[in-house]
Amino acid sequence: MADRSGDQWDRRVASGLAFLRRRLSGQYEVDEFGFDPELTGAIFHPLLRLLYRDWFRTEVTGLEHVPTDGAGLVVGNHSGTVALDALILSAALHDQHPARRYLRLLGADLVFRMPVVSELARKTGGTVACNLDAERLLGNGELVGVFPEGFKGIGKLYSDRYKLQRFGRGGFVSAALRTGTPIVPVAIVGGEEIYPMLADIKPLARLLKLPYFPVTPTFPLLGPLGMVPLPSKWLIEFCPPIPTAHLTDSADDPLVVFNLADQVRETIQQTLHQLLERRPDPFGP
Amino acid sequence: MTPGGTPGAPGVVVVTGVGRYLGAHVAARLAADPRIERVIGVDPAAPGPEFTDLLGRVERIRLDLDSLGGLLADLDVDAVVHLALATAPDPQQGGRSGMKEQNVIGTMQLLAACQRAPRLRKLVVRSSTAAYGASFRDPAVFTEETEPREVPRGGFGRDILDIEGYVRGFRRRRPDVTATVLRFAPFIGSTADTTLTRYLSQPVVPTVFGRDPRLQFVHFDDALEVLHRSIAEDHPGTYNVAGPGVLSLSQAIRRAGRVAVPVWEPGLSGAAALARNLGFGRYGLDQVDLIVHGRVVDTSRLTREYGFTPRSTAVAFDDFIRAHHGGVVVSRDQLAAAEQLVLESIRQVRAAVRERT
Repeated sequence: MADRSGDQWDRRVASGLAFLRRRLSGQYEVDEFGFDPELTGAIFHPLLRLLYRDWFRTEVTGLEHVPTDGAGLVVGNHSGTVALDALILSAALHDQHPARRYLRLLGADLVFRMPVVSELARKTGGTVACNLDAERLLGNGELVGVFPEGFKGIGKLYSDRYKLQRFGRGGFVSAALRTGTPIVPVAIVGGEEIYPMLADIKPLARLLKLPYFPVTPTFPLLGPLGMVPLPSKWLIEFCPPIPTAHLTDSADDPLVVFNLADQVRETIQQTLHQLLERRPDPFGP
Repeated sequence: MTPGGTPGAPGVVVVTGVGRYLGAHVAARLAADPRIERVIGVDPAAPGPEFTDLLGRVERIRLDLDSLGGLLADLDVDAVVHLALATAPDPQQGGRSGMKEQNVIGTMQLLAACQRAPRLRKLVVRSSTAAYGASFRDPAVFTEETEPREVPRGGFGRDILDIEGYVRGFRRRRPDVTATVLRFAPFIGSTADTTLTRYLSQPVVPTVFGRDPRLQFVHFDDALEVLHRSIAEDHPGTYNVAGPGVLSLSQAIRRAGRVAVPVWEPGLSGAAALARNLGFGRYGLDQVDLIVHGRVVDTSRLTREYGFTPRSTAVAFDDFIRAHHGGVVVSRDQLAAAEQLVLESIRQVRAAVRERT
């Protein structure tokens, strides 16, 4: 018995060292967007797994609606002051989907303006939210994740929780239409309570060139300790996909685009209400 | 089609910039092609002694680009390959103003001469992927249609935008001439000697803190092949020329066995500006922008129209590593040996602990 566990440790040490050697000698692959699957699988996803599974006790439903192969556009609600929901969604989807699919997130310019953060975003499969990149990823048959509310979603006050904000120009719909990709709406409950934003100090935000400066019950009061997210209960539900293959010619028709964006928005909003009923206590088990 | 010429290869070709590495190699390669009758190399300076053997079959003319007009008409030139570009300011050639003079004014003069050349039917212009500029809002992969979101900070990038603007004007005025613009990724290979290869062959490589740009290279031999085909065949339009695939800067430095030293970005830009003002070093904002933003292009149009795919960025970079193994700090073998050593010692320690218990 002791011998067998010893062998297991030996294998772990050996594979850890081999990983270190591959990293230090550059023997790994990066795709044209900068996505590094080895680093994501070995470092980022295990960290996020602790967070989504043990800290947030996340339950994922409707995974059968996410395509097993080929392109798909996952559209979700955004919340939580810090865009942790995007990372949780991608880690949970990769862990629990039978095809272990990676979600390629589209992020705001601000993410790619910041050093370190920009590289973390690229290495985990993210890229700038623009039509060129979205269509290229979808054309390659990737699963792409977008949050059309953007900063309006994550930067809203706690009193506005689970109220979907405006969906912008619907650029995500045009990208899906142009590539004939199905849209999979996803509702995420739990993100709003991790950093409940009580106030927004606008002058400070302007000074720091940020979209908002949050005041939460713990931040900036407790300093760095305020960065610890509150352990809310998370529910993620993927809704049935909306096919777009028959609308490929209408990618530039604003009426079609806005109608489809509204349909996605309504689906997410209704699913949010259903999920909230299933979760009476935000910090329940 | 045109008098005296077959639709494919032209009879008389003028190559500018034969005093430089790229120009000399392109001229030599065209001269070795039996389909091409005459290759005339033009350069304001005499080519260096290292190119004498190479240029044996090339007729050389020492000439400034502003007096090219008469030459093109007198010699019944069919095609012009414009390669006389300076990628970085050279203090001996008048620094940045000399560079701009050569790139922008030189190209204007060349195009003016081409416009008046009656027999001309083909023009190939060297450009660069620097034409896409560098901004944080850039898409990850540029196609030939992508417009730069911001005017580049670096001199070379701005020159490239000007040059391509002049070529667009030329296309409008001479629609009968097949104009090919080749946007090259940085050259690499065992023999290439550029600002970027010198940067990457240092034992300790300064990088920008918190940035790991995606880079693409094109192997020098593949660049020659594409230039050759552009003259021998007809490929009007603008093409990205790069090795498919991507290396991140940190990955490239590790593969080359060098050590990266991250530096704070404003400090690096300041140092580059200072070095330029003092007239020393060839690093400038072009290089800083490249190692902050990186640059990746789509090469499917090249593959489709030329029926040729350059070797991948990783393979081209391997060729560079083999030629520059001198500055290696940590080699792949050393890392593998260290891995075995650590693994063995852990095994020994654990065996000893197990025996004792």
